[in-house]
Parts: sequence; structure tokens; C-alpha cells
Amino acid sequence: MRPNDETELAEMIRATEAPLRVQGGGTRGALGPGAVLETGGLCGVRLYEPGALTLVAAAGTSLAEVEAVLAAEGQRLAFEVPDLRALLGREGASTLGGVVAENAAGPRRVAVGAARDFLLGVAFVDGRGDLIRNGGRVMKNVTGYDLVKLMAGSRGQLGVLTEVALKVLPRPEAVVTLLLPGLDIGQAVAAMAAALGSPFEVTGAAHLPEAGTYLRLEGFAGSVAYRRDRLAALLRPFGLAEEVADPWGQIRDVAPFAGRAGDVWRLHLRPSEAAGVVARIGAEAVMLDWGGGLIWALMEPGADLRARAGAFQGHALRLRGAADTAPLPPVLAGLSDGLRHQFDPRGIFAPSSTLAQTTAGN
Amino acid sequence: MDMPQPNPAILARKDRIVQRLLEVLPADAVVHDPHEVRAYECDALSAYRCPPLAAILPRTTAEVAAALKVCHDEGVPVVPRGAGTSLAGGALPTADSVILGVARMTSVLETDLADRFIRVQAGRTNLQVTAAVEGEGFFYAPDPSSQLACAIAGNIAMNSGGAHCLKYGVTTNNLLGVTMVLMDGTVVEIGGPWMDGPGLDLLGLVCGSEGQLGVVTEATLRILPKPEGALPVLMGFDSSEGAGACVSDIIKAGVLPVAIEFMDRPCIEACEAFAKAGYPMCEALLIIEVEGSPAEIRHQLDLIIAIARRHNPVELREAADEDQAKRIWLGRKSAFGAMGQINDYMCLDGTIPVSSLPHVLRRIEELSRDYGLKVANVFHAGDGNMHPLILYNANQPGEQEKCEALGADILRLCVEVGGCLTGEHGVGIEKRDLMAVQYAPADLEAQLRVKDVFDPKWLLNPAKVFPLQVTAARRAG
Repeated sequence: MRPNDETELAEMIRATEAPLRVQGGGTRGALGPGAVLETGGLCGVRLYEPGALTLVAAAGTSLAEVEAVLAAEGQRLAFEVPDLRALLGREGASTLGGVVAENAAGPRRVAVGAARDFLLGVAFVDGRGDLIRNGGRVMKNVTGYDLVKLMAGSRGQLGVLTEVALKVLPRPEAVVTLLLPGLDIGQAVAAMAAALGSPFEVTGAAHLPEAGTYLRLEGFAGSVAYRRDRLAALLRPFGLAEEVADPWGQIRDVAPFAGRAGDVWRLHLRPSEAAGVVARIGAEAVMLDWGGGLIWALMEPGADLRARAGAFQGHALRLRGAADTAPLPPVLAGLSDGLRHQFDPRGIFAPSSTLAQTTAGN
Repeated sequence: MDMPQPNPAILARKDRIVQRLLEVLPADAVVHDPHEVRAYECDALSAYRCPPLAAILPRTTAEVAAALKVCHDEGVPVVPRGAGTSLAGGALPTADSVILGVARMTSVLETDLADRFIRVQAGRTNLQVTAAVEGEGFFYAPDPSSQLACAIAGNIAMNSGGAHCLKYGVTTNNLLGVTMVLMDGTVVEIGGPWMDGPGLDLLGLVCGSEGQLGVVTEATLRILPKPEGALPVLMGFDSSEGAGACVSDIIKAGVLPVAIEFMDRPCIEACEAFAKAGYPMCEALLIIEVEGSPAEIRHQLDLIIAIARRHNPVELREAADEDQAKRIWLGRKSAFGAMGQINDYMCLDGTIPVSSLPHVLRRIEELSRDYGLKVANVFHAGDGNMHPLILYNANQPGEQEKCEALGADILRLCVEVGGCLTGEHGVGIEKRDLMAVQYAPADLEAQLRVKDVFDPKWLLNPAKVFPLQVTAARRAG
């Protein structure tokens, strides 16, 4: 099935009696049973106003097309969409709807937010076949409940996105990366906390144990040069920071793990707990991003990271390896089930085997 | 403004309900004297008043849970109340409702500068959150104009913004977690001191739900390091088109000021009369603020001024120091007070795409003439959040209704050009009946279904957000 517009999509959903597999760019790979419903026919940038930092596009529009349109005006999606195809052994090309459904976020998450923070409006067809709009194309909008946030990261469980409106931001004139070598995880998190707690607007703070601790500054060239010097001075107690080539694409895409065997886990947590968690999980390799608020862990296949991690403030999910479900406290699980039932009473988007499962790529 | 008829069975059971509340709350936390409850009869939309059945002022999440359970058992509607600063009537009681005020829940529960968050009880005021961390060089970014008085609970309920959200975002972008009590008394933790939860984004859904999904009792908020410095520049233009084009060009050039404020002539005149800030008399005035070190500020101001010059400004005034900066902000910050001095006014907050600013201002001027009521515009220009102030005389019969009709027309205009009814104040009762202008029936139904999940008996903050006829069947239970 490949609808060409919202009306066709709504008709198809109303007519179906069996589960559907919604597919944007197909970078999520196979997702259980059901007929495939491709969103590629719902495509095209519908509105782009660089002076208002706003872009509206059909959900099946390819990410590459959107990025090219923005680049032509010196703008970008600031939340930095990861490309996890190599990590997860997937193919295909991401669509904007997939990016939003996944609530994509790269290293800049720590400074500016995730896809959810840039999503201004959505249109989607729910499991009843109703076309629903929420939000709009303006940056401030508190009119009614925020279903925009609900749809971001909902992974297609509540409906098929047909159109999204996003806030975009200017590309910076200059980017500088500082590297602090030789810190252990605890020191690295402390150094990143010092950097992120400074007024120097750090937009990336990551730690690769083999390489060191990376900090990114972006903006106008003169301002970046000034902040580079001030930040290096601030971090002097942690060592001598040197300016290095841009590693952020590699960090964003978790490239160091791409060619290596094993399960890949992703932990969101309180940064100051990162060192303790890393010590407990016994990973084959780890990478820290978001100042320690995100840990990527490469584990031996089948290892139960959650059991090893013990109690911590945050949550973990296996992205590569056996299918995994993020456990939720009973009340949250009940509310989430209630929402799924309201938007998809027939269960056509979320067959039980894939409920709440995080899938990688977009 | 229509409100639902109070349920006579609940009114008749007042004594029993109060007694049950007194069993789970300290005596000083239950207000039930008919004179004393009048303190809660309205919020900042004071044209509408209705004393509640009772008001409760719990101090802990456990007390909130126990009280809600009683109300749930008794089938009594509950109206959550932060500081009562809602301009939209978000905390207006019904006669058969219990007001749940969080004003006594003001403690800081945890502060962690390294992990950059603060956890507070939700009754703490916005400014007191910043006050708790500013000594260490941090601040809480959302800054609604009422920040001295407004509570975090209300900020979360309305997803409040402020003048600086062009750079820092609104409440939902700065909220990491909440402790919330559902109407049946269940306590739920959503999120915490980390970014992005597992599963559906319930935190994002709760933020901005106007107290209709649950009562937020505690909040984990992101705090940010204070910038090294900030300075505004003031510029005057002889047309709103010129000012609008200037804003668009600044943004296109890759400069991202923390604030871009716009004032039109009626607003400038009122501010001058009231605050004597020394503003130039012109058609449109912009105040643009940038942040950073002195050199960074200089660089950004140079770029902005160079762009402004292309639009033939009639005035360009830089602040050489803190004192002059304060003078530039003085008029803007006293705009609402200035209006209050000369008139009653109604403050709207529709948002429009920035590109339609000149068209919208022209139409507002025409509407203002048609209705015979003056409108002054003050405006967060960077993000399109307008604040038209309609001036009227509340003592003159019929004028309030005329003012509301003009307001509705202006909000319809905002929606027509691709904007929305409210950018930061919320719907409340004020814009409830205009929801159908922005949303189709299926759009509204989807929102009602969300409430069905969180509050199946429809007891929390009744008669707000949605047109009454749309919710009648559900409220009837």
C-alpha cells in the first residue's frame, strides 16, 4: 500500500482489518507481521520560510531532500539526526516522518533539544482512520493539548504522520572542537559538567575512552575563538585542551561500534551516575554523549544490562540484539496503553510483539 | 461566559465533603467559610468570578493524593490553582468545585549544579526558582511577565513562555520531570533528571494540559548557566512593514537574539505617558537583546545594526551600559501597567507567522476602527507571539462584550493567517469557545480522548479548554 495523499491513507486505514507495518524510509528494518504501508507517496516540502525559521513538509519527504533545501539557505535541523544504518546493519533512506516518530537527537541534544523540541505541528491519520491536526507552524502555541509532543517519539503506535512542521536554525559560521585526553569516566563527566555549566555555550560534550573528552563550540568565528580560549582556561584543571578535527558525525552515528560484534545498548541517565553505571555493567566498550547523560554500551550478546546496572535514575534499551522493550512503571504503562487504545482501538499499528519496542534508524 | 450549572447534589453535600477533607488534611488546609472562599473566586481574568464550594491548601504530594481521592469518591470537580495569575481564566472555579491551591508547596527539594537541574514543589514561584540558583551563576529560563508571582505549577499547566524563549524555548523545553497526582489519587512520576523518557512522551502531553490531566505537585527543571552579559538595542521605524522586514533579515542572517520585542505607536504613546522611558515617537519600535561577552555582544549588535540600516530606521539607540539598558527595557516592561493606568484592557496572545505581521497589524487597525475600540500592540516579534491590548471601559454597559467580540475577531485573524489562538496564556475559559476556529471536530475529539484516559470522570478543571457543547456528554458522565 502506498497512499498518495491523506484521504487515500485514511481510506486504507479504515478499510484494513489486519495489522499494518508503516514504513518511511525503511531504515527500521522488518517490524513484525502485517501488510506494508509505505509513506513515500506523501512527500514534498510544502512551506519554507527561512526568515521565520519554519519548514513544513509531508512526512514521507526524504531527510536528504529536507537537509538540502535548508542548506541552500544556510540553515539546518539543529537536533542533529543520527544515521544509525551502519551501526544496526540497515539500509534505506530516512524520511522526515521517521525522524520525528523516533524523536531523533544527536550530540546537540544537550544544548538545544531533540526532534520533539523543534516539532511545531503534526497531521496524522490515527487507527480509526481519522485525520488529526495538532499544533501548527508557529513557534509558540499552547492552544489545546500538545499532541505534537505525544506524536514525537511515538514510533508509529498512534497513527501515521502525514505532515510535520519544524523549527529550523541557522548553520553556524564556525565550529571548533576541543579534546581533553586521558580522563577516566568520572573525571570526564566532571569536565563536561564544568563546560556545560559555563556561559560558553557548549553544543557537544562527549567522551570516547580511547580518544578522550570532546567539547564543541559553534557560532560566529570571533565568538567561537574567544569562547575556545576561555573554555580551555576553565578546563585547565582537567588537562591541556587541544583543538582537533570534527568528530561529531562519528559520535552522532556511534561509528566506533559499527564494525564490532555484540549487543548495542543506549542508556539515558543522570550524568553524575554515569561512572558508577559504567563500572557496574562490564561493557566491552562504552561511549558517553550529552555530558554523560547518554551512554552507548557495546555488550556481549544476551547480557542483561539492566540487571547489571542495578538502580539508577534513568532508563536503558537494547537497540541491537534481541528485541527489547523498555519496562515502564505500572501507572505509566497503564496510561500509555490507554492512549494507544484511544488512538488505535483495533491495534493495527502496534501488534503486541512490537509494542513499545524501540527501533533504530528512521 | 457560560459555565455549567452547579450540581445541586454536590452543593447539598458540602458539609460531608468538607468533613471528609478535614479527615485527610490539617484543619488550616481546608477553607470552607463562604466568606473566606471568596479569595479564590477568580484569577487574573477578574471579569469572571464564582466562589468555589471549598478551597484546600495541601503541603505535600501525599496530602494532594489523599484530598483528590476524597473528591474523586465524592464526584466533586477539582480546579487546580497555582498563583492565580492566569489571564485566561484557567483557575476559575465552579460553585460545586473544590479549589486545590498549591501555594503552600514552595520548597526546593534538590539542587544539582553539575547535573544542571533543580527539583521543586510546584507552588514555588518562577522567580524563586531562579533565585535558588542564581548565586551559583545559573537561572531557570522561561520568564513569563508574571514571573514574580506565578507558580511553576501554573507554568507547567499553561506551558508558559516569556520574552526570552526565542533562544531558550518555553516550559516544555525546560521541564525534565514531574510528580503528578491523577484525579483518583494515584501518584505518578514522569521523567526525572535525564533527557527523553522511554515510551510515549507523557511529560510533553501533560505540559500545557491546563490542569486537566493531573495535579503536578513537584517538578524537575533544567537550569542553565547565566550568560556573561546582555545588552539591548532599540530601533524605531516609520512602518510596521519596515520593522517586520528587519526582524526577518536579522534571523536570516544567522543572528539569534535572545529577545526581539515589538511595540506599535499606541503602545509607545501609552508607555511614554506612564514610564517616560524616552522612546521615539514612531510607527514601530523594536527592542532586540543579544547575549555574550562584551566582544560577542559588540559583534552581534554590529551585524544587527548594519541590517537595520538597510530598512531606514528613524532611530537607533544602543545601550552603552547597564543603566541605559534598563531604560530601554523600562517602557516595554511597564507596557501592561501603563495600559492599566489609562484604561481597562484585555490582553490577547495569538501567535502568527512572522511573515504576516504587516498584514495582521493592518487588519487589527481596521477592526479597531470598526469596533471603535483602541488596540495597542506589543509583541514577541521573533516568534510571532502577539499581545494586542484592547482598551475599553468596563463601567460602560456593553463595552466588555464589544471588547470580547473584537478580541475574538483578532484571534480568528491569527488562525486565518496560519497562526493560533494562544501562544503562552492558555485557552482557559477565555478562548474555549473559539477552539472550533482552529481545530476541526476530529482534532478536538482526539484531545478529548486523551482526557478520557487520564481523568475518565472528567472532574479535573471542568469547563475549560474545550467548547462546553463538545464536552457536555462526557461531563454528564
